[in-house]
Amino acid sequence: MKIVSPKQLEQLAAEYKKTADRHKKMVIVCCGTGCLANGAQKIVDAFAECLSRRKVKDFTVEAVKKTGCHGFCEQGPLVVIEPQGTFYTKVKPKDIETIIEKSIENDEVIEKFLFTNPKDGRKIEKYPDVPFFSHQHRIALRNLGKIAPFDIREYIAVDGYKALAKVLTTMTPDQVIDEITKSELRGRGGGGFSAGKKWRTCRNVPSDVHYVICNGDEGDPGAFMDRSIMEGDPHSVLEGMMICAFAVGAKQGYIYVRDEYPLAVIHLQKAIADCEEHGLLGDKILGADFSFSIRIARGAGAFVCGESSALMRSVAGEVGEPRAKYIHSVIKGLYDQPTVLNNVETFVNVPVIINHGADWFRKIGVPKNSGTKVFSLVGKVRNTGLIEVAMGTTMREIIYDIGGGIIDGRPFKGVQTGGPSGGCLPESKLDLPVDFDSLTEAGSMMGSGGMIVMDDKTCMVDVARYFLQFLVSESCGKCVPCREGLYQLHKLTIKICEGNGTEVDIEKMEKLSQQIVVGSLCGLGKSGPNPLLSTIKYYRDEYLAHIRDKKCPAGVCRNLITYRVIPELCTGCLACITACAYHAITGQKKEPHVINQDLCEKCGACVAVCKHDAIEVS
Amino acid sequence: MVTVTINGKLVRAKEGEMLLAVLRREKIDIPALCHHEAVEPYGACRLCMVEITRKEWDGWKNMVTSCLYPVADGLIIQTHTTDLIELRKTILDLYLARCPNTPEIQDLAAQYGVMQTSYEQVADPNDCILCGLCTRICDRMGFSAISAVNRGHGREIAPPLKNAPPDCVGCLACALNCPTNYIKYTDIGHTREIWGRKFELLRDAKTGQLTITKEFAEYLSKHRVIPQDYFDLNDESHRKETALSLGKIAIWSREVPQ
Repeated sequence: MKIVSPKQLEQLAAEYKKTADRHKKMVIVCCGTGCLANGAQKIVDAFAECLSRRKVKDFTVEAVKKTGCHGFCEQGPLVVIEPQGTFYTKVKPKDIETIIEKSIENDEVIEKFLFTNPKDGRKIEKYPDVPFFSHQHRIALRNLGKIAPFDIREYIAVDGYKALAKVLTTMTPDQVIDEITKSELRGRGGGGFSAGKKWRTCRNVPSDVHYVICNGDEGDPGAFMDRSIMEGDPHSVLEGMMICAFAVGAKQGYIYVRDEYPLAVIHLQKAIADCEEHGLLGDKILGADFSFSIRIARGAGAFVCGESSALMRSVAGEVGEPRAKYIHSVIKGLYDQPTVLNNVETFVNVPVIINHGADWFRKIGVPKNSGTKVFSLVGKVRNTGLIEVAMGTTMREIIYDIGGGIIDGRPFKGVQTGGPSGGCLPESKLDLPVDFDSLTEAGSMMGSGGMIVMDDKTCMVDVARYFLQFLVSESCGKCVPCREGLYQLHKLTIKICEGNGTEVDIEKMEKLSQQIVVGSLCGLGKSGPNPLLSTIKYYRDEYLAHIRDKKCPAGVCRNLITYRVIPELCTGCLACITACAYHAITGQKKEPHVINQDLCEKCGACVAVCKHDAIEVS
Repeated sequence: MVTVTINGKLVRAKEGEMLLAVLRREKIDIPALCHHEAVEPYGACRLCMVEITRKEWDGWKNMVTSCLYPVADGLIIQTHTTDLIELRKTILDLYLARCPNTPEIQDLAAQYGVMQTSYEQVADPNDCILCGLCTRICDRMGFSAISAVNRGHGREIAPPLKNAPPDCVGCLACALNCPTNYIKYTDIGHTREIWGRKFELLRDAKTGQLTITKEFAEYLSKHRVIPQDYFDLNDESHRKETALSLGKIAIWSREVPQ
């Protein structure tokens, strides 16, 4: 059905709202990638199977809703019983019968599925009371976990495409750009450039063709912000792009998605098809003089294709290699035409700004860094997952309030922000407000929002080595400083990890890093040495321990550690002897075991199986 | 025309032309390994970087690759500051780690006082400096028979799937323009072999000298509207002229050994 006017859209929204409200009770099953991997589809199937067998009053299988990612992937599969908001974690298909019987038929709360707060061990019943959610401020993730991503009616029911209708009927392109500029929305892909300014520059370039591209090529290790948004709320992305297209005068848009995100591709394809069917994409959108269409370009998984010029080459079907941007891509981008390229999260913020106004948006966050930011909080924290907080929230609030602190109560050591191009920040920076400028000043960066928390068992030299290894294999290899320079940095970190480093190597690395920053062609090389430089800056002692004392304080670097059985604690259970693949452990039953250092490969398998903490690493 | 200042000297230049061209015209010695006038600038070797500023930038400076930077009025350019020399040294040092036995790199590095690499040499060095000239020239010729494959440090130049390239015509544009003679070919009898593919060489009807490959001749007569009988003659000056007018590709400085 084609929607031909904003008025008709309004009527439809009212109608769909009514449809959505007709269920007295609802069950929401999180079907983000994390929960699906944990078996969410089996939960949905179990509900269908169960409900086909028994009749439940006021409840049918239609009231079981598959939504996008809730963010709390660690506890998945997640099930929420509405309208009470009872929040069940780690649900198994065999539990469904019980849930239907108790929670749906009799409104009871089943204690054993509730979330246990790792801080005090209390059970938490309601969804909004879980600290992981209660400290968040959700704007970009507003619809995630609330609507079914593959149903356009659900999106329209939550005032979807209202901003588009508002823009088309009451605003001029210039007014839209003014509003976005006024909101101080900054690019969420990491650069933090003013979106409004970008749009204005693009609009002012005289050309018959303008393009809008959405960057969904999220390649940072441990990051899944854009993925969850594209999977869980694809229509918001499309709406943001449409508003942008109207503002800059574009008729064609592209969404660049990694092919490793199959669900995102499917959901976006469905969303685009639905929009075309409803007249929200194509010619004369909502009856206005505005035509726009969107195509999906699938990336083959090169990290460097997240860089704007490489991405545009990739969209055009060429090899994804960056070019020098002395002429910006806003002026000469895709097919040499003016192009706006924004991140998924940036576009998702646009409809909200249009609906609520720039002033409302600017009140959230801190000056010059308005709004919120989505992070994927991973690593050694108790609650890992996808979070969204207002800009200026401190690292401590994120890690301790939302993340629930470090696993096993271990001491905090550092947090890596901004992916492989970002840096590691130490404990002294825990009270740093998280915004674009503060992070850059501290030697890290916002990046697209990866946040990896590390405890005292993480070796910072090893962390630098890991990220350099990633960058060496993901560099496109076009320019010398990045291709050869990062390779040499990586070699030097390996040398230090193996205990062969000298203090001169640190100086050498610092000097080479500076030249790489200055000399590289694109952002990947220019920010490539960041993990190394920030770890040298904040954890120099650890580097020196590797070099001078030939010790790895965190017990990670194999050449610098030894495993030893503590005879007083060893019960002689034989567990480690069985586990050791190198036959390096000997001993009799009920007698303390001994590790033969010549045979020990330091794999750590013995530590993993020892129940008595009788093996120490030094 | 615009006016720029290069190392303190006022110089006139065409607006929009690349800075490196101006520097070369002014006889300023700027190394550049990936530059070739026949193809688009690339910006891979980073040796041609210069420092630019403007009066209105208030002392803020930027380092840019001159091969890619369009000239604009009022630019103030420095080509040999301490920072730039340090950067070039580092880059040549890194080059030497990859290509320790390549005379072209050794000579250039020696000019900048780098006699030996201070980094770890790669295990199995070769002469390829990955300047990308061969692939860009091949693209420009219209064949795109070879390309850079793999990412990062494992990058190399190869035909598709490292098999004999189906689109190659054996024109030698890649091999003759390779700055380090890394791309090898052989002409034995009537047969030319390059990139693992064999081609039949044509013969001049009058003198009996070998000319170009049959495939190249077919391509040129079909796509560049050169009459087939042109290839029956081995008129050196005629050939050179035509080749240059076809996009200034072939610089026949190193001739095919007869």
